[in-house]
Amino acid sequence: MQIYLPIAEVSVNAFLLLGLGGIVGILSGMFGVGGGFLMTPLLFFIGIPPAVAVATEANQIVASSFSGVLAHLKRKTVDLRMGTVLLIGGLIGSGLGIILFNYLKSLGQVELLVQLCYVVFLGMIGTLMFLESLKAIRQASKSGGVSIPKRRKHNWVHNLPFKMKFRVSGLYISVIPPLLVGVLVGVLAAIMGVGGGFIMVPAMIYLLGMPTKVVVGTSLFQIIFVTAFTTMLHATTNFTVDVVLAVLLLIGGVVGAQIGTRIGVRMKAEQLRIWLAIMVLAVCGKLAFDLLVTPSEFYSLGTGGHS
Amino acid sequence: MIRLLALLMVLAMPAKAEEIVLGLSRDEVAITATFEGSEILIFGAIKRDDSTPIEGDLGVIVTVAGPDHPVVVRKKDRRFGIWVNTESVEVDVAPTFYAVATNRPLQEILTFTEDLNTRISTQRAIRSVGSTVEGAERFTQALIRIRAGQGLYQTLPEGVWVEEEALFRTLIPLPANLTEGDYKAEIYLTRDKQIVDFYATTIPVKKVGLERWLYNLAHEHAFWYGLMSLSIAIAAGWGASAVFTLFRR
Repeated sequence: MQIYLPIAEVSVNAFLLLGLGGIVGILSGMFGVGGGFLMTPLLFFIGIPPAVAVATEANQIVASSFSGVLAHLKRKTVDLRMGTVLLIGGLIGSGLGIILFNYLKSLGQVELLVQLCYVVFLGMIGTLMFLESLKAIRQASKSGGVSIPKRRKHNWVHNLPFKMKFRVSGLYISVIPPLLVGVLVGVLAAIMGVGGGFIMVPAMIYLLGMPTKVVVGTSLFQIIFVTAFTTMLHATTNFTVDVVLAVLLLIGGVVGAQIGTRIGVRMKAEQLRIWLAIMVLAVCGKLAFDLLVTPSEFYSLGTGGHS
Repeated sequence: MIRLLALLMVLAMPAKAEEIVLGLSRDEVAITATFEGSEILIFGAIKRDDSTPIEGDLGVIVTVAGPDHPVVVRKKDRRFGIWVNTESVEVDVAPTFYAVATNRPLQEILTFTEDLNTRISTQRAIRSVGSTVEGAERFTQALIRIRAGQGLYQTLPEGVWVEEEALFRTLIPLPANLTEGDYKAEIYLTRDKQIVDFYATTIPVKKVGLERWLYNLAHEHAFWYGLMSLSIAIAAGWGASAVFTLFRR
């Protein structure tokens, strides 16, 4: 069934959008990532104008994250205190990110920079996570299937001032590292048009030392607010949020997120991480491939009038 | 403007021997939520003044043009091993939709000069003034190629049926990715590659119903539209969660 999107001004198959929303929703619920880093390129691919895709995707992430966070709240796997600290950083970061984005836009070549950002960050995080989880799985199988990774390292993170107790995460650390993580994620979220979970999740695990089970819910909690803020910003300044597109994506997305969260519970933390790593690397590879391979069409069209 | 002047010159010629009488299958195109593209049937008759003898090959040209918007055409080049946008050309005037239907290939029924003046062929309908990039022609060709691939630019060399040199009709397919606006339909009658008559009309293409309402809301009450989108998102997220909890019990 074809449907005409009022803001994007293109006609697309409604079932295709529902399906895309569903698949990305499952991944979102499983890994605690918003799924934006997958959905945004997919929307470009089916012919949605990039500006509309980025803005609408932000709105859709709100829905799938909200659905996911409710499931996590019931299981008490959300560290609200940590989430709030990350959120404060996130809002500051996304404000900075939009300033940076507009500056890059005035220089031209913003598209390339966004693509390079994707390749570099996805590549880095994907590789790190992949190696880490591979090591964890090997260790787990050596020690007879029982993994005991509860060995707290005291690195520089623990020597900073303004310490705070995060009971759910079982941490007593300074608020500076989570704030900085929030800011970094906010900046990247604004530039890359994603929720930023794929950066936040590994940062929480490896940098802050949070338990994996809490990480997913907490990351979703932060993403809701940052993407809601981004949606409002896009809606009021660029008029690029397509509510019909968003509704179709989110119907698929919220259902998928519920299923995904349940799959996630049944999987081992190491397995979860290795699959996320593989997915991140796959997207990175595709984007790098697009930059390297000779395109079939050398020309592309953009809106005129320096908008 | 140039187009208009040329037409005035054509129309100012004394004693028209032939005239176009036009009909349209519809006088507007409505874009609804399930719009999948459409088509316009343009048909008409050629009214003849019997006192003047008619000679020469008959040509009928029908053009349908969407609203003009400027477009930036960018070209990719390999730099440090990766493909990046390097040069770009701003095309000042490019119709968002353009179809040319003729009863025979255009160059057989229209002289080069007439085409220059009236801007009938797709290449002429696009204008890029003051581009400093060398080979700007290639950029406009790329624009035509890309838009033709999307069904937005169409050349239909045998798209007009002419019967008995008196009746003509053509079917212009409209793709689903139409832009709103007033579409200009123009019909030219040529004899021996010279324009003898011309007729123009507009076909408004409009979003209607829900599409119209959402579009207006998004532009005129952006804040509330944004809040509405967010509430829908939150409601859907909560709804799905509630439904799934229900199923689990």
